[in-house]
Amino acid sequence: MELAISVITGLMILGALYAIHAKDLLSSVIACGIVGYSLVICFLLLKAPDLAIVQIVVDTITLIIMVAVVLDSSREEKYSKPDTMGYVSAATGIILIFIFLWFFIASIQQLDVLGKSTLRMAGPYIEGAAYKTGSANLVTGVVFDFRGYDTMGEAVVLVTAVLGVLTILRLKGKK
Amino acid sequence: MKGMTLIVKKTTQLIAGMIFMYGIYIIVHGHLTPGGGFAGGVIIAGSLILVTLAYGGDFLKLVKEEAGTTIVESISILMVIMIATAGFLFGIHIFFSNFLPKGVVGQLISAGVLPLYNIFVGTEVAASIFIIFLSLIIFKEESPQ
Repeated sequence: MELAISVITGLMILGALYAIHAKDLLSSVIACGIVGYSLVICFLLLKAPDLAIVQIVVDTITLIIMVAVVLDSSREEKYSKPDTMGYVSAATGIILIFIFLWFFIASIQQLDVLGKSTLRMAGPYIEGAAYKTGSANLVTGVVFDFRGYDTMGEAVVLVTAVLGVLTILRLKGKK
Repeated sequence: MKGMTLIVKKTTQLIAGMIFMYGIYIIVHGHLTPGGGFAGGVIIAGSLILVTLAYGGDFLKLVKEEAGTTIVESISILMVIMIATAGFLFGIHIFFSNFLPKGVVGQLISAGVLPLYNIFVGTEVAASIFIIFLSLIIFKEESPQ
């Protein structure tokens, strides 16, 4: 299974690289689809069907919207020559990458072995969760009962995103 | 917004209802099988987007639809918060407490308030994504060419 996931992850990396470098924007959008649908297969292999259902539908809707945008505007990528500010920001980005890598390596040595603290956290959730919440699907039990605040936050974030879209994209005022 | 060809319209007639029913199934059985409010809501939004893309519709109808969907979205997020507050009033006084009887694990009507959360979050997610899609169409038609 690890081999399958490695192969699919490699495919995702290839798709992402092609999406950056493609000349035609429509094929770039389709290459973004490779990343999303490969992620669905990864979720199914890792036994997370809840995430797979959400990911496959959201990816399809996003692809529809992005294809509509590309067909409506231009299919060619506009290329502009980098000026001084471009070089400065590229250099800043590379320096920041190395600083963050250094901090990552320094902090990862202080942590426990990967997965140990996560499993300790998940133990009390899994033990008797069906009895405590009354829900046969453990994920729903955790999402709506143990972690109710998180779910309410997610729903409110979605409402706020809709408000932002309605406010920012509107060109004419409402009478 | 113009609709699509006859073939697309007929195919949409056949499958859009089934997609909608599948979304309702995922939401209602959210506490028994994989899925839940978010997954089912997105599926329902997908079926609505499919019908809108295939059949189109004139500008005023889309604006009316968007106004109605906004009301549905606001009511469902309000209901989620009100059920959470009801846990504060009944039973043990904790925000988000499960105050209804839990029933037998594995039956359709069980798990207390979790199915209610699933239903309202599902409606809210479906309405949100459909509003974003509709507003993209409406604002494009409003804008000067």
